[in-house]
Amino acid sequence: MKMGKMTDRTALSVRDMVVTFDEYVALDKVSVDVATGESFGIVGESGSGKSTLLRAVAGLNRFDEGTLSVDGRTYRSGSRDKEFYRTVQMVFQDPYGSLHPRQTVDRLLLEPLAIHGFDDIDGRIARALDEVGLGAGFRFRYSHQLSGGQRQRIAIARALILEPKILLLDEPTSALDASIQAEILNLLEQARKDRNLTFVMVSHDLGVISHMCERVAVMKNGRIVETVPVEALEKRAFSEDYTRQLLVASEGFRRG
Amino acid sequence: MSAPLLTVDDLRVTFPTRTGEVQAVRGVSFTLGRERLGIVGESGSGKSQTGRAIMGLTPGHAKITASKLEFDGIDLLKATPKQRRDLRGKRIGMILQDPKYSLNPVMTIGKQIIETLLAHEKLSRSEARERALKMLEAVQIRDPERVFGLYPNEVSGGMGQRVMIAMMLICGPEMLIADEPTSALDVTVQLDVLSILDKLVAERGMGLVFISHDLRLVSSFCDRVIVMYAGRIVEELPSADLAQAKHPYTQGLLNCLPTIGTDRHPLPVLERKAEWSA
Repeated sequence: MKMGKMTDRTALSVRDMVVTFDEYVALDKVSVDVATGESFGIVGESGSGKSTLLRAVAGLNRFDEGTLSVDGRTYRSGSRDKEFYRTVQMVFQDPYGSLHPRQTVDRLLLEPLAIHGFDDIDGRIARALDEVGLGAGFRFRYSHQLSGGQRQRIAIARALILEPKILLLDEPTSALDASIQAEILNLLEQARKDRNLTFVMVSHDLGVISHMCERVAVMKNGRIVETVPVEALEKRAFSEDYTRQLLVASEGFRRG
Repeated sequence: MSAPLLTVDDLRVTFPTRTGEVQAVRGVSFTLGRERLGIVGESGSGKSQTGRAIMGLTPGHAKITASKLEFDGIDLLKATPKQRRDLRGKRIGMILQDPKYSLNPVMTIGKQIIETLLAHEKLSRSEARERALKMLEAVQIRDPERVFGLYPNEVSGGMGQRVMIAMMLICGPEMLIADEPTSALDVTVQLDVLSILDKLVAERGMGLVFISHDLRLVSSFCDRVIVMYAGRIVEELPSADLAQAKHPYTQGLLNCLPTIGTDRHPLPVLERKAEWSA
């Protein structure tokens, strides 16, 4: 299944992006190209700039230099138009923080549809809930009445309901229990298959990235130190010592 | 093996709520010698409440019962608050998940370590300072003199957790409870902190209770693993035999993790059965 749908078309292209917060350089000339239908992973430690990169693409951070083009259109730093958000949606790490606490699931899913002027709102909300495996019984609940895994399903439904082409996933399962993580990863993979989505996924877990992605970029101190196909992780066919450190760390504790 | 350090028999922790009582821990029994014991479970399994009950940190409105909760011959349920205070820090230490929240933000690191020491031992200030610096060195902090005078916000997460370990081990406790000691740290730092912990626990012959959600990590670190589900122990086994786990929950937990080099699409998911929590 991997690599099958790769085409020459580029879904997302970042060139020499620089993001600074006051004096601090969070992203230092980062370039990334993601093909349509590809699943692209980004790993690194906290402070490496991986979330900043996603947020700069999504328009949640400004960027100081560089260019960004998404689905053939170029965007500047700052606000994005509606068309951008129809193409690109994002799922965040903490399902407790990313849903409005005083809105029902129905209202949460309705808002993006209303903003973008979709028709058949009722049908779309029902189908979106079905797709994430929750069903109509969850439609009028508040987020505090849901478990962490159910909340993340709602967050995914909200992202998918606009029928985007690209999904930005910022540690979508690191706040969840291992058994729930498996369910959410399966759900994301199914959605990608059904809709031919492009994923850009950030995680600190090399296991998750190698399961979900075809290529992975390793970030450190605001730079991409290398980009390799995930098969290289298994074969240890990479050159950076830092990648090896991450790999060793993911294999658990060894005495000696 | 001689008499165990810690004996827990039929421990129950109950929280009263508006809708009736919630039993977080429902009849947990185990013993601990001078060994490394792992307690694994998902959120809500009661693993942390088990650790807190041993330490005496359960909120006041909760009800704790047990047919036996004994540390080195001391009945913890009948112990007075003063006796419990004397145990905590001196003979039983506890490391919490996130140094950002468990260190006092308005006190320098050195002062916090000395405070623990002076609460339990009669020492002069300069002796205490000497001991604290030695301890910081033991947790592999390169420049102890400098770190001694820093505030917790001035150090990284990994260093904060080492400070926490230093503070908890300075009185030489016989038992240490580590509740997710590395979950808030970056993966590459996790291993450093674990190997420091491992070395100190081995050198001092302590009993360790290692509480974590990460089955693989726990089994690579501990001698024995207890798996908890919905407030009960569903399985107890030597770490080396993890692959031969019998309970479907343990097997499911092991199975659902994505790993490098395996191609399983979709991932197997855990089918929860009602009888597991019955």
